[in-house]
Amino acid sequence: MLSTTGGCERHKPDATVEMWAMGREGEVVERLLPELYRRHPEIQVRVQQIPWSAAHEKLLTAFVGDSMPDVFQLGNTWLPELVALGAVGAIEPQVMDGLDLDDYFPGILDTNRIDGSLWALPWYVDTRLLFYRSDLLAEAGYTNPPRSWDAWMEMMHAIKQHGGSDHYAAFLPLREWQTPVILALQRGAELLREHDQHGNFEGEPFRAAFNFYVELFRRGLAPASGDSQVANVYSDFAAGYFTFYVTGPWNLGELQARLPAGLNDRWTTAPMPSPNDTYPGISLAGGSSLAVFRGTRHEASARQLIAFLSEPAQQVEFYRLTGDLPARRTAWESDALRQNTRAQAFREQLQALRSTPKIPEWERIADKIMLYAERAVRGDLTVDAALAALDADVEVILEKRRWLLRRRDEG
Amino acid sequence: MQRDQTGDRSRESGVEGSNAADAHLPSPVSRLPSSLRPGFWFALPALAVIAAFFVVPVAAALLLSFTDFDIYAIADVRTLRLTWGANYVRLIHDPRFWTALKNTAYFVVVGGPLSVATSLAAAMLLNTRMLRFKGFFRTVFFLPVVTTLVAVAVVWRYLYHPRFGLLNYGLAWLGFQPVDWLGDPRWAMPAIILMAVWKNFGFNMIILIAGLQSIPERYYEAARLDGAGGARQFRYITLPLLAPTFFFVTIMTMIGYFQLFAEPYVMTQGGPADATLSLVLLMYEEGFRWWNLGFATAVAFALFAIILTATLLQFGVSRLRAQPGG
Repeated sequence: MLSTTGGCERHKPDATVEMWAMGREGEVVERLLPELYRRHPEIQVRVQQIPWSAAHEKLLTAFVGDSMPDVFQLGNTWLPELVALGAVGAIEPQVMDGLDLDDYFPGILDTNRIDGSLWALPWYVDTRLLFYRSDLLAEAGYTNPPRSWDAWMEMMHAIKQHGGSDHYAAFLPLREWQTPVILALQRGAELLREHDQHGNFEGEPFRAAFNFYVELFRRGLAPASGDSQVANVYSDFAAGYFTFYVTGPWNLGELQARLPAGLNDRWTTAPMPSPNDTYPGISLAGGSSLAVFRGTRHEASARQLIAFLSEPAQQVEFYRLTGDLPARRTAWESDALRQNTRAQAFREQLQALRSTPKIPEWERIADKIMLYAERAVRGDLTVDAALAALDADVEVILEKRRWLLRRRDEG
Repeated sequence: MQRDQTGDRSRESGVEGSNAADAHLPSPVSRLPSSLRPGFWFALPALAVIAAFFVVPVAAALLLSFTDFDIYAIADVRTLRLTWGANYVRLIHDPRFWTALKNTAYFVVVGGPLSVATSLAAAMLLNTRMLRFKGFFRTVFFLPVVTTLVAVAVVWRYLYHPRFGLLNYGLAWLGFQPVDWLGDPRWAMPAIILMAVWKNFGFNMIILIAGLQSIPERYYEAARLDGAGGARQFRYITLPLLAPTFFFVTIMTMIGYFQLFAEPYVMTQGGPADATLSLVLLMYEEGFRWWNLGFATAVAFALFAIILTATLLQFGVSRLRAQPGG
């Protein structure tokens, strides 16, 4: 095996690079590949499509079962977990063809950097911002989207007053942790403290943001029902059941396709408002990245593949096929993106991103945030009790991390 | 009496005879160590399969429940700590475990009897002689059992929709306030129970119909001659003679209902505010979402202990009832 050279490998059938991609991305990524094959005839890629809902489990199971793909797409919040497992190889930018890290939005690139090393390359970005019905906002007396929390609150009250009791100003899905976390990051909250060893949710910034969030429901500005109740977000948005909707880029395409044509010029997007005088307010650096399995036997080809998919030209083409927003700034200069006015709000938002704590336990902590936010919204717990319970749960979740850090320090 | 005595005697002499035969002509098999008897070899393949796929995994899981096996241990097994009872202590102090236990108990205590009662009612209806097209009704009632739960869930989510759902439409027509079935923590479990009962009653119904058909018609005829009405026939003939079938059905239903998972998994994901979080759902989340296999196996063994206790209790109760005068 050791004597096998790159030259021999290209004729062997197992020189095929195995790639896992999720959902829609998995369906269309193959259409980008002919150009790669033209440039590098020695590379063969086999794309395996994985459903999003099972992707996280499948990656972990594949790692345990020693059947990892050479290249895989992953939600960038999963990266710390896979790095802790030793499942991904570090990216060395100097050996990647045509890779210019300065061209990435810094916030999104940062999610892929853990302990000083780069572990994956951002493929596309998923941040959240305001989708809103511009006609309903105008009826309530406002022509521009809110730039501050105060203005936002004022508008929501006006909309609620104008629309009546069976209409709401905003829709914030209760089964998502993102909205309270975004608001907290905007207030400058450090979600965890002392090298991410303890929860910091009873701290003042998080508490203030959490209060603001819960208040939206208590004042009847947002419906306190789970996702399951707004069975069809799209028809409700079309019917004007709510005006503001904090969501991500996948809904650009969904809303375009599902709303009646007459509504097309009556909804648009805006960056997040902010609690202070900066604008736009911070949002989450979400999205998908491309990583290479640490134990891959086709490292050179795998690296070529992700360098190729990261090229601005391929990112623009990928945007055309999926609507996924590119992670590289050059790609945003293309006509395809400049003509999409609703995407422009995302471009602005992408300048103000922060990532969540980069530790393997984050998803569990996020799940707890969602749980306690929901209970506070429903009035099961007071804000104080919910935050205290959240900190207590996070203390238990991080016990192993504290032990590992202590052990490392002791040698 | 006379005949009985001679019968006993002949049996005794038979036994003596065979003993005598053994003494004179020892069988080669009985002299071998018991482990090598043919019966053992016949059972061996089955025992091996059971050991490989049941005993070993269960023992491994039990060991796992005394460790903190998690994602870090998958990466580097040296981070695995033997924590003895810590998972079980954490379990007792975890409010979500108690929430899950409470929800599961709610589902078993309300859903189980409701399901069995519905099955029994449907079985009795389909067993009456007046009814025509029995095969048709039996098939229709059995259909939900074989339908995929995911498809069922999609339809029921529409039925439960607070603004457009058929159920609330009916309530409004009767003059009630609309109910947010799956979004209100008070109503989510009743909604899950209703769906589960509808989905599952057909299976027990088929078993109970078989039980009903095995009750000889002559008992009912005799009862009618003695002037017993429908209720008394049910109380003094149907129920006692159906008892073995009924016992089987209740035990199996209880065990099945303790393992509530798929319904909340597809309908509510345990929400709203953990109102439909069941023990198995908690176990699944801990084990396969967060990979805390140590803690998840502790949940599994706690559930096993609970089901075992409940089953033994039910056995005890039925034995008490079976005793004359009890």
